[in-house]
Amino acid sequence: MNALNIKGLTKIYKNKILALDKIDLTVKEGDFFGLIGANGAGKTTLIGIITDLVVKTGGEVSIFEKNIETDFNEAKKFIGAVPQEINFNIFEKVIDILIHQAGFYGISKNIAAGRTERYLKQLGLWDKRHTKANSLSGGMKKRLMIARSLIHEPKLLILDEPTAGVDVSLRLEMWDFLKALNKEGRTIILTTHYLEEAEYLCRNIAIINHGKIIENGSTKELLSKSNKQTAIFDLKTPAKVKPLNGYKVDQIDDITIEVEMLKNQTINEVVRLLDKQGIMINSIRNKANRLEELFLSLVNNENEN
Amino acid sequence: MKTKETLISLYTLADREIKRTLRIWLQTLIPPVITMSLYLIIFGEFIGSQIREIDGFSYMEFIVPGLIMMAVITNSYSNVVSSFYSAKFMKSIEELFVSPTPSWVIVAGYTIGGVTRGILVGLLVTIGSLFFSTFHIYNIFIVFLFVLLTSIVFSLAGMINGILAESFDDISIIPTFILTPLTYLGGVFYSISLLPDFWQKLSKLNPILYMVNGFRYGFLGITDINIFFGLIMLVIFALVLFCVNLYLIKNGVGIKT
Repeated sequence: MNALNIKGLTKIYKNKILALDKIDLTVKEGDFFGLIGANGAGKTTLIGIITDLVVKTGGEVSIFEKNIETDFNEAKKFIGAVPQEINFNIFEKVIDILIHQAGFYGISKNIAAGRTERYLKQLGLWDKRHTKANSLSGGMKKRLMIARSLIHEPKLLILDEPTAGVDVSLRLEMWDFLKALNKEGRTIILTTHYLEEAEYLCRNIAIINHGKIIENGSTKELLSKSNKQTAIFDLKTPAKVKPLNGYKVDQIDDITIEVEMLKNQTINEVVRLLDKQGIMINSIRNKANRLEELFLSLVNNENEN
Repeated sequence: MKTKETLISLYTLADREIKRTLRIWLQTLIPPVITMSLYLIIFGEFIGSQIREIDGFSYMEFIVPGLIMMAVITNSYSNVVSSFYSAKFMKSIEELFVSPTPSWVIVAGYTIGGVTRGILVGLLVTIGSLFFSTFHIYNIFIVFLFVLLTSIVFSLAGMINGILAESFDDISIIPTFILTPLTYLGGVFYSISLLPDFWQKLSKLNPILYMVNGFRYGFLGITDINIFFGLIMLVIFALVLFCVNLYLIKNGVGIKT
């Protein structure tokens, strides 16, 4: 069964901005799906329509085969949403925010209390349950929104940049938590700016640009389309690097060069060519991750077209 | 949603709204009691002692029901408008919109919050008035009907204001420029029988006059208007305002983009 089925979805805002342009998208049940796009690409609008916060202009959306046009209240039971911005009452206590949210889904206090304890413990917020939400740190607020989105045990979890502004260790913890949720069978749709996050977590990815899906497929498939990568070489001693045959080289400073390599070219070959010039290498690293390079090249191509 | 789930969501929203009123009691319950006590001291005690009786009641006894009603009106209204607009401002209103809570439950939940605050403040003002005036009850049923319907009407009106407001300024425009003048001119401090014919007729176009007089009738048994007409008008107002709210919430006016 498809967790999400979108056909010809269009959104034109009152100021005539075309935010979504006849989008078709399918997310299978159990998938960990990444939606990638630059700021203003249409990701949040798309999520807004799925969660009933944005009114669509045209097209169809079904969630677990419930059409949002005819059966939105039933469809909403399947969705848990974590928005980009904080959207809870900051003057309420953590525990009350979860109990109230459960109530809005028709879940009794007894059941909600059990789930609240479970999710707050899993997300490391149990000790803060009687704290007013405005006293929480940024990372805690994000985790609270994740706990809230799970309180009605939705089959589809939609996270809009959940790790933005979160420190590295917490981000890694959140990745593990999300992976575990997906393993339990929950479908997850994730939008993110961190492409290494999408590469690490998502099985399938769609790239959205100016309201259009410009690429959609499995992460592996997409990565195989990447035909170039850029490596940064830190040199052992200052040197002026002469052109390397067949490679695009940028000398950043005396001890750093960037080398762009095509799919059929290798780091070994670059090292050999540098060695020929008597240049020793201290370390090598990728300028960006593979998905990032692919994303940039696809978006740039699309924008040029 | 099934009936039980719907009732749970209604209970949750109403409970949250009532607890909010009680949590911030220093802002919601105490100020109106102080304001009304000042009215009673200044208008009832100091000035009222110089005024002759109206329909057999002292001026203090005459203004008490009107002041209670004034407190009910302003507090029902301001409770819903401020709570709803704050939820919009903080975006916590989205918690309701992403859930399967039916639109009528959202309207009813906020209204229950407004009615509760209106009636609580009304009760506190009534208790406060006992220090200044003798308590009369002519028809408790009429008192209850008028206070309930009035608080429903003004809670619903406050909700429309909250839905349409785009800034904090917008939530004070209606109370300042419409509600307060209509309340003061709605027979709280005088009987319209004391006014010239033209002003009497004009006053009868003011819906608050019917609420104040209906309520006063329940306490003292005196009125300037037809009570039955007042009740019918309140029911119609409540139904119309409920439908307007339902339309606005269903279409996400002021909330969805």
